[in-house]
Amino acid sequence: MSPAAAIEVEGLSKSFAGRVAVDSLSLAVPAGRILGFLGPNGSGKTTTIRMLCGLLTPDRGRGTCLGLDILTQAHAIKRQVGYMTQKFSYYEDLSIVENLDFVARVYGLPERKRKVAAALERLGLTDRRRQLAGQLSGGWKQRLALAACILHEPRLLLLDEPTAGVDPKARREFWEEIHRLAADGLTVLVSTHYMDEAERCHAIAYIAYGKLLAQGSVSEVVAEAGLSTFTATPAAPEADMAALARRLSGLPGIELVAPFGSALHVGGADRDRLLASLAPFRGDAAFAWREDAPTLEDVFIHLMGRSRDNFAGAAPP
Amino acid sequence: MSDRFSLGRLWAMVTKEFVQMRRDRMTFAMMVGIPLIQLGLFGFAINSDPRALPTAVLDADRGPFGRAVVAAMQASSYVRVTGLVDSEAEADQLLAEGKVQFVVNIPPGFSHRVARGERPPLLVEADATDPAATSGAIGTLNVLAASALDRDLTGPLARLKPSPPPFELRIHRRYNQEANTQYNVVPGLMGVVLTMTMVIMTALAVTRERERGTMETLLVMPLRPLEVMLGKIAPYVVVGYIQVAVILLAAKLVFRVPVVGSLGLLTVASVVFIAANLAVGFTFSTVARNQLQAMQMSFFYFLPSILLSGFMFPYRGMPAWAQAVGEILPLTHFLRVVRGIMLKGNGPGEIAGEVGALFLILLIVSVVAVRRYRRTLD
Repeated sequence: MSPAAAIEVEGLSKSFAGRVAVDSLSLAVPAGRILGFLGPNGSGKTTTIRMLCGLLTPDRGRGTCLGLDILTQAHAIKRQVGYMTQKFSYYEDLSIVENLDFVARVYGLPERKRKVAAALERLGLTDRRRQLAGQLSGGWKQRLALAACILHEPRLLLLDEPTAGVDPKARREFWEEIHRLAADGLTVLVSTHYMDEAERCHAIAYIAYGKLLAQGSVSEVVAEAGLSTFTATPAAPEADMAALARRLSGLPGIELVAPFGSALHVGGADRDRLLASLAPFRGDAAFAWREDAPTLEDVFIHLMGRSRDNFAGAAPP
Repeated sequence: MSDRFSLGRLWAMVTKEFVQMRRDRMTFAMMVGIPLIQLGLFGFAINSDPRALPTAVLDADRGPFGRAVVAAMQASSYVRVTGLVDSEAEADQLLAEGKVQFVVNIPPGFSHRVARGERPPLLVEADATDPAATSGAIGTLNVLAASALDRDLTGPLARLKPSPPPFELRIHRRYNQEANTQYNVVPGLMGVVLTMTMVIMTALAVTRERERGTMETLLVMPLRPLEVMLGKIAPYVVVGYIQVAVILLAAKLVFRVPVVGSLGLLTVASVVFIAANLAVGFTFSTVARNQLQAMQMSFFYFLPSILLSGFMFPYRGMPAWAQAVGEILPLTHFLRVVRGIMLKGNGPGEIAGEVGALFLILLIVSVVAVRRYRRTLD
């Protein structure tokens, strides 16, 4: 682990009209790492990212981004941070090269023409550079957005669900680019819903209802959750997996019951109670049981189930 | 320091706005179309001193003096006799239906009574629902009635000529001798067109960024509010000048409005006015949440600008409170400047006060706009 932290924040809180979006969140991201930022919709990921790059002022808390105070040095942070918004936020009525030119001019980059050409080349946009951004498909828009936010050679990239609505091939290429950038020394914070993307990160942070619930490498987070999981597969023709799922859910110690094809995945954090609840079913010859390693998804569903929904009270009927 | 105002970043905004403007055909068409359409409508269609008003004559006298009066009326361009009627009922009907503006009622025995020196009344009934339409004509008819019979009252009747009034009333119209409405409307139109297009264009400028989601990009980049504002305003100053040029050309070639003063001075004064309107629009766009609200605010601003600035109604005819409202509108001051330069030939000395007022408005509105422009999404 590199000693210098690219992001180091403590107790960040933000409310909108009385609703807590982010609740005393603390986060540390070492330089040169890729941190996956995970959590359900509305959990406060976008709000956190916006506070990190100075778009929102935190109600409480303090911290630094690239060694600069997020409360008082937002302008200086902006020059060294590349932020890719969730929704495409470049000009649809400008062409790819015009968008990049605009960004390069705003940052006052020397050798603008060469840098824009290099960014086009790097992301394979050269042939399309005269196309209007509004006419591009999702994958190409995403490349343009990435090209625009790395143009000024930032030291920190904040990517807000960059691969939402992008096909698997484009996603894979995008992640290869992210890893190349990290290899060049950039720190990347990327929010996502995809488990496979989370596993491509050096470390992950899981946030739900504004609270940080877990942080660390994928194996650390999985190990810390202390889950035990079992998989039941049908061993006899009369095995009724749907009925089994119904009977299991709600039993003490069973926190997750999820079908995977014809198999059923069951798990819980309290191993003793889980085993006690499963015992009668494990004797049933219709099912074959085996213990397996919990996945990241198991951990997240478990974490989500345990966290209190602080929005539930305020939700409209 | 990077936090200082930067010409480079301003230039980035300006070029971006120009490219976007070029792509937006509809807006571009509006910029040239609005001045032309408004000129056509206001310049040709609106005339606050209408002539050739349809008039019916009820001649119960059928004598020489009655006919002379009617002939004199017809000779003035204000009245156009469209028909003779035989009864008062018929005359009332025509007035009620709006077919005529005036009915000239010559009572029976008018010529005899004139000859006998009885000074008989001559009744002119006017449809005064629109006072503006008839006031000019009525004024003329008054003068006309006094002199219509001069030629006929000769010989023994000469003593009946009205004795000269104790003073001579002479109306001398200055600057616009023919009281040509177009001379007043066309220069004023320059201000109205600029107010309308400049305010709407910039009012949409920031709200459009917000609606399209590009505001987040603008905010996360190291752009200062003043750079964004000037960058949004500068391209429209050019547009404003294109409109000024279109209107001046039309004023000279189509409406033949004389330009007495200096065009250079007008150009300099216009830039202050254009900038003030753009700043007003920019302020609206920092307040409005979406483009519809921005449009509504622009119209809310546009109406008093037209009604209270002296463009549509005489400024001096308004009550004090309305004049006070008019004073804070840039259009009021610009109308005085543009009419002063074009019609009176005013120089820098005469317009300095009004241009100063425009500067003050520009300054106050700009400060409000820059302060309202938020650098975060809070």
